[in-house]
Amino acid sequence: MTKKLNPKTRVWHYRSRNKQLISWFIWLVATALFMYCWQRVSESTTWFFVWDAPRIAGDIGYRMIPPRWSYINELWEPLWDTLNIATIGTMMAIVMAIPVAFLAARNTTPSTTIVRPIALLIIVSSRSINSLIWSLLLVSIIGPGVVAGIVAISLRSIGFIAKLLYEAIEEIDHNQVEAVTASGASNLQILIYGIVPQILPAFAGISVFRWDINIRESTVLGLVGAGGIGLQLNASLNVLAWPQVTLILILILLAVILSEWVSAKVRHSII
Amino acid sequence: MNDIPENTQKLGVTKMETAAFSENWSPPPFIKNPLLRWGLLLTFILYLSLSIGSLDVNWERIYVGLDRGAKFVYGFMNPNFSGRWTDISEGIIESLIMTVTSTAIGIIISIPIGFGAARNLAPLPVYLFCRSIIALSRSFQEIIIAILFVAIFGFGPLAGVLTLSFATIGFLSKLLAEDIESIDKNQAEAVKATGSSWWQWLNYGIQPQVMPRLIGLSLYRFDINFRESAVVGLVGAGGIGATLNTAFDRYEYDTAAAILIIIIGIVMLSEYISGYIRAGVQ
Repeated sequence: MTKKLNPKTRVWHYRSRNKQLISWFIWLVATALFMYCWQRVSESTTWFFVWDAPRIAGDIGYRMIPPRWSYINELWEPLWDTLNIATIGTMMAIVMAIPVAFLAARNTTPSTTIVRPIALLIIVSSRSINSLIWSLLLVSIIGPGVVAGIVAISLRSIGFIAKLLYEAIEEIDHNQVEAVTASGASNLQILIYGIVPQILPAFAGISVFRWDINIRESTVLGLVGAGGIGLQLNASLNVLAWPQVTLILILILLAVILSEWVSAKVRHSII
Repeated sequence: MNDIPENTQKLGVTKMETAAFSENWSPPPFIKNPLLRWGLLLTFILYLSLSIGSLDVNWERIYVGLDRGAKFVYGFMNPNFSGRWTDISEGIIESLIMTVTSTAIGIIISIPIGFGAARNLAPLPVYLFCRSIIALSRSFQEIIIAILFVAIFGFGPLAGVLTLSFATIGFLSKLLAEDIESIDKNQAEAVKATGSSWWQWLNYGIQPQVMPRLIGLSLYRFDINFRESAVVGLVGAGGIGATLNTAFDRYEYDTAAAILIIIIGIVMLSEYISGYIRAGVQ
């Protein structure tokens, strides 16, 4: 026999009433916002094309298979360019990011009022703008080619590397720095013997991680003319050569998997 | 009696060692195996000389470009917001709308996939299925997906929304699944021990544990989606990218700079707000 609850007994609820109301209100606002945005998207969509999409997708899929394997001989050089864009770009980014990171870290920056905000602004600007937009800009300035890609990748990576690096610098063990200072070391010696050994593993990990991301990103820079395998992708798309597109996509996939494997391996051996 | 010579000997040894220490000490190398260390260095130098050798640099073109670079820097100092304000504002609003829509759709879809990709919740077939969706979504750049979706769904923001939603699924489900896999099992077990149904178990045993991180990740993805929405426009998938592309094509660097400044501003603002919300949730 079940006992009847005393009407005055308070039943357990996950949230209190006020919290419940707030949570419902947030849901209401979020749903309304989503519905409004969806309506706007829907207004600027040609739904006829969307209803036709399954047929088109099937058609493209049919044209994409089988890949045109013989095309691969024309792809080795762009692939090499892609690798170079990613690697040299990462190296240039590292060279530029290290000083920015030291200027941005609270415990190594010469002044928190002037220098640190500037360094943080550099980091934010570099991170907010995608490498494709950087290459769009650089192609328009220094002309199409591999160099534009390298510079774009390095400008985009500065923010990423500097951000993670300055966070690592801020997290170092201060006792070691103090011990080196106590031995009468100069500022440069404190940097070399007190700080650098502590952040070196993090630094190596960050660099390899960014290199891996840059391999991914450099595969598409060619779409805006900045060299690499993206150029071939763009050319094939423009002439609707779907079998070539398939082959390029397979190659990109392999490159991404390989670079991810290398980066995971290196980071694993560091940690 | 016996202690004294031993002591002096010890002292002597220490002194000698200190002497040797201070003169010859150098920090231990980062890679301990010397063969690996020098091998890596050698390979690296070889690669570098090969790759720089194969670079085809047109210095004349770069020299000509410096002038334009200076113009861009000048444009950045004097951004022109008013000249094409209608185009810019329409593009930015469309980008924001795409970001909201795609983040919402992405979250809704990635929650079940994230649960399915957690090995401690899902049976093996479901796990493999969800993991393969994640792998597929993570392998390709947004822009490649956008090209395919524009070809399939036609020009316009819908292709962009679908692209960003698809990319969100890979990102969010993967991190959510990893978070679910590392939850505190005791709490979930305690809820199960009260005789809860499967839904109740999910809702009271697991959901509260992953909720703060899910909110944090969603906000972070909102940021990323806004930045990416500027890119998918380059291939006709809606958003500010098309306006930006036109500005660069016409060498209107002041307009381009204005757009970039607005993007940076919005990203900074949303990072600040999301940091505030995340601090409140956790």
